[in-house]
Amino acid sequence: MDLAKLTMMELRGVLRKGKATSVDVVEAIRDAVAERDPRVGGYIGLDFETALAEARTADAKLPMGGIPVAIKDLINVNGQPCSCGSRMLAGTYRSPYDATVIRKLREAGAIPLGRTNMDEFAMGSSTENSGIQLTRNPWDLDRSPGGSSGGAAAVVAADMALASLGSDTGGSIRQPASFCGVVGLKPTYGRVSRYGVVAFASSLDQIGPITKTVEDAALLLGVIAGEDPKDSTTLRAPVPDYVKGLGADLKGMRVGLPKEYFIGGTAPGVRAAVDAGIRKLEELGAELVEVSLPHTEPAVAVYYILATAEASANLARFDGVRYGHRAENVNDLAEHYRKSRSEGFGAEVKRRIILGTYVLSSGYHDQYYTRAQQVRTLIRRDFEEVFAKVDIIASPASPTTAFRIGELANDPLHMYLADVFTIAANLGGICGLSIPCGFSESMPVGMQLLGPALGEGAILKAAHAYEKATEWHKQRPNP
Amino acid sequence: MPDPDADFDVGYVAQLCRLELTADETVQFQAQLSGVIEYMKKIDQLDLSGIEATAHAVPAFDVYREDEPGPSLTVEEVLRNAPQKSQNQFAVTKVVE
Repeated sequence: MDLAKLTMMELRGVLRKGKATSVDVVEAIRDAVAERDPRVGGYIGLDFETALAEARTADAKLPMGGIPVAIKDLINVNGQPCSCGSRMLAGTYRSPYDATVIRKLREAGAIPLGRTNMDEFAMGSSTENSGIQLTRNPWDLDRSPGGSSGGAAAVVAADMALASLGSDTGGSIRQPASFCGVVGLKPTYGRVSRYGVVAFASSLDQIGPITKTVEDAALLLGVIAGEDPKDSTTLRAPVPDYVKGLGADLKGMRVGLPKEYFIGGTAPGVRAAVDAGIRKLEELGAELVEVSLPHTEPAVAVYYILATAEASANLARFDGVRYGHRAENVNDLAEHYRKSRSEGFGAEVKRRIILGTYVLSSGYHDQYYTRAQQVRTLIRRDFEEVFAKVDIIASPASPTTAFRIGELANDPLHMYLADVFTIAANLGGICGLSIPCGFSESMPVGMQLLGPALGEGAILKAAHAYEKATEWHKQRPNP
Repeated sequence: MPDPDADFDVGYVAQLCRLELTADETVQFQAQLSGVIEYMKKIDQLDLSGIEATAHAVPAFDVYREDEPGPSLTVEEVLRNAPQKSQNQFAVTKVVE
């Protein structure tokens, strides 16, 4: 039995029956990484010694007892590096504390193991903006794993992790999950604490699970969700048992199909796989309802105004004083800032800081930033009106399968437009997931299910029923 | 309303956010970001009169905690990542003569 190839639920059973130990699991991951990661490049750091020490005292009775989880490189784990895929922090920064999601993982018995590669500061859709290394899609090494949580999705797809934690600001969990053929869930804004997570766009960022199955996503979400006094944006709502909520059929569930998401521009093979997925939901008892999200088109513009504005403020903290890269041989403080930041940040981060500074600058603030926030109100209302009529929404997760490496690297606008199906959920603060629903030219396709605020139970239930009725999630790449 | 095409000067904005661009970056970013800004103008066409602005999707206002000190990082832990430190403080490049 190759322990690295199991799901978390399968592994939990194995550990509880005493058929293997947590140490065996960490060693199985070490073997899997040694065999496959030289080609995939999903990890940028792995501390097996610490993980083995934690595995030796693991308690299999806990909800995730002894199960290792890979961590996107922007979540602080005490004593570990946290580079955010940036030369600004790589090689110098070590976290002095645990993020709340890490504390919750530990309380549930899980072991944080490995730092996964990402677009620098989560800015990108292909992980090519990492300042550290390239990550390749395990299904086709000439293709990108998606991004920004590309490493987190690739290591799960390639059975080099049981599960991982990613972050999603405009699709950065769902799109790589779709490209790599795994399950990725972006929770409702405020469902999961961001304390100890390096901020990109604070009104949009959420942490969520990337897993091999829907049941595993339900398990991991239940562990990390909940109010946190250290993050004042977290919601007070109690956390349901998401795993217990799975299993029923979909009779009576109303699934909305937004007409703006099905009007062309989506690759034919993606469209065919998603259409078949939606028919399967109908076979399982769901009722399909055509709905409208009229402000879908301006959503991309709104997103890139708000996300870059917030990023330009959040990344002002990288000043070469408290942490991060510090330039040498400077004459005054202004030069210290300019040189430290310019040497530490990569091209996409610089572009977005400039864009965000521009839309916030005097004379443009009202034209861009304020108007974008007003359109955001309309996008929220669109979702409120639709979720008054339906329980969930179904759509493609991305208009295409995984890009070829280099395909869009010098074309930021095209890369941004590829986020069209995922960003509205962040702007509206609602939840969404991507689930494998087939293949197009041998590359995985993801179906996106969106739910209202705190509707994780509904999208997990629908995705679980779909998964039980299909075999897509059982297919694994062989990188 | 200013015309962004005419007014977007990447060098000037870079200065505002304390970035120093190379000559190549200046040319490349000016072209790339002008295209993105042109795309952002899509929202100019919408009638937004009377629409309130949304800052956070799920508004949570005035979240307070009791004003009680709790455990926090030690000075040593806080300074561990500092590129330069001196006498238990962050060392900053000289600002006054």
